[in-house]
Amino acid sequence: MSSQRNQAGADGVDLSALSTRGLDKSFGSLIVAKDIELALPQGARYALIGPNGAGKTTLINLMTGMIRPDRGQIFLGADDITALAPAVRVKRGLVRTFQINTLFPHLNALEAVTLAICERCGYAGTWWRKLPAYGDAIEEAHAILLSLQLGAHCYRATRELAYGQQRLLEIALALATRPKVLLLDEPAAGVPQGESAELFSVIANLSRDIAVLFIEHDMNVVFRFANRIIVMVGGRILVEGTPQDIAGDPRVREVYLGGARHG
Amino acid sequence: MASSVAAEPQRYLEARIRWRPIEIAFWLATLTPFVLTPNYLVLASQIAITALFALSLDLILGYAGIVSLGHAAYFGFGSYTAGLLAKWGWGEPLSGLLIAGAAAGLLGYLTSFIIARFRHLALIMITLGLGLLLAEVANSASWLTGGADGLQGVRMWKLFGVFAFDLYGTVAYSYSLAILFLLFLVARRVINSPFGLALRGIRENAIRMPAIGAASSAHIRKIYTIAAVMAGIAGALLAQTTETVSLETLGFQRSADVLVILILGGAGRLYGGIVGAIIYMVARDQFSGINPQYWYFWIGTLLVAVVVFLPNGILGGLARLMPSGRGEP
Repeated sequence: MSSQRNQAGADGVDLSALSTRGLDKSFGSLIVAKDIELALPQGARYALIGPNGAGKTTLINLMTGMIRPDRGQIFLGADDITALAPAVRVKRGLVRTFQINTLFPHLNALEAVTLAICERCGYAGTWWRKLPAYGDAIEEAHAILLSLQLGAHCYRATRELAYGQQRLLEIALALATRPKVLLLDEPAAGVPQGESAELFSVIANLSRDIAVLFIEHDMNVVFRFANRIIVMVGGRILVEGTPQDIAGDPRVREVYLGGARHG
Repeated sequence: MASSVAAEPQRYLEARIRWRPIEIAFWLATLTPFVLTPNYLVLASQIAITALFALSLDLILGYAGIVSLGHAAYFGFGSYTAGLLAKWGWGEPLSGLLIAGAAAGLLGYLTSFIIARFRHLALIMITLGLGLLLAEVANSASWLTGGADGLQGVRMWKLFGVFAFDLYGTVAYSYSLAILFLLFLVARRVINSPFGLALRGIRENAIRMPAIGAASSAHIRKIYTIAAVMAGIAGALLAQTTETVSLETLGFQRSADVLVILILGGAGRLYGGIVGAIIYMVARDQFSGINPQYWYFWIGTLLVAVVVFLPNGILGGLARLMPSGRGEP
């Protein structure tokens, strides 16, 4: 457990955008994360796969601070962010989206994205100036929505948007925070197969300044859009490698075909 | 296409917060009691005060989703502050309002640190507890507050040194209405600001807010303090225009009434508390003339009917009939 501790950050130079060291988490006797060592380089396009209940979403929750690890550390660049509140991590550039739409039902898309930008720019505490006075924030929000093909729908309440558009709005909200690292929890969950490729091409075209880790079940999508794959089983990282490595790995095949766990 | 709509989003947001003709008509209509019902100006003044109190609750409940059953704490605190100031020899109304608002705001700021940590049922219990606690403190400190007899000896000076508070309530209503309108303008600006947008974000999805980097707790503390200032000013208006303060200003009944008024009128739409106050207070005035005990029977019926048939309050129901109105829930 301690043998690999020095690989990241010990000499103060760390090229990873996001890394973890020895993350442990259990709920009672249920181990949901065990000795998670992960390093996401700048500009990464990583997929996180594994059967249901493997701890993929828990890992995102741990890294974004929505749950606290029992042990271990999380680094954003060279900074230890283990003790920071979720909102502070977002301000530092570590941003996530949600598997189940977690949006603002009665705000329209323009308002929602403008809100995220106002929070980023520090306008959101200002109560004595009108929102329309912040033309820069509004224009930026509109530009983000246009870039995600949501421009035509930006005045409609979020709850009235089609499901696929709501998935895109999830990403738009994340982009509005100007992330350095983006953790996407099944961005195409519930989206019909044809549209999911469209959604992933949006993700593939994101700026290379953003390191991306996404959870996804559709192996076609994973092999097409990820340059590396992390396989989790039972709260542990089973193996990490290139798509070719993973495709040829007998342990992975056993997990997915052996039927040891439902998935 | 992108170039032709360059400034459109901004124009769209401008249009959404523009003054509507019906709003202007509404505020002009608030002047009619001077002419049409000059014998009811005392009641009109109380309605304006209650409307201001309901407006302050709307800021936290309707916009930030903070449910409070103890909002009278700030109303009563402002009331006693203004009353005691006048009793102790400083009867100047406007500075009294400011001092009472500041005092209630300070209390609001201090309690907001507890408020910001909880939501839902826990919040209802905490606000209820704080309200009861303060009411009991005021009851025990009868040397200061006059206890159950109320605060006696409140003597107000003339407004601007010219207008004495009269028995007919002409000055009282003018004064209360002017303050209500001014603070309505403040509330309107608050909800149309980036901060107001953030509050709606908290109401719509408190879980998502940290995930977009929002300082939700700071926002909640801020709006809670602003609402406490407004409630305190409403309480101070009541103390100044009636020249007495009773324990009832701090009581649970007042907290519950204002919640009922806001829900009747429609929470989260600024005018809901004002419309609710008008309907509630006029109805109470009329019904209690017939049979005072029966009054809550009718209010109970009305409340159930509104919640069942008009879940967004009376204004919410009207907005559905008139799509051009402030239709956004």
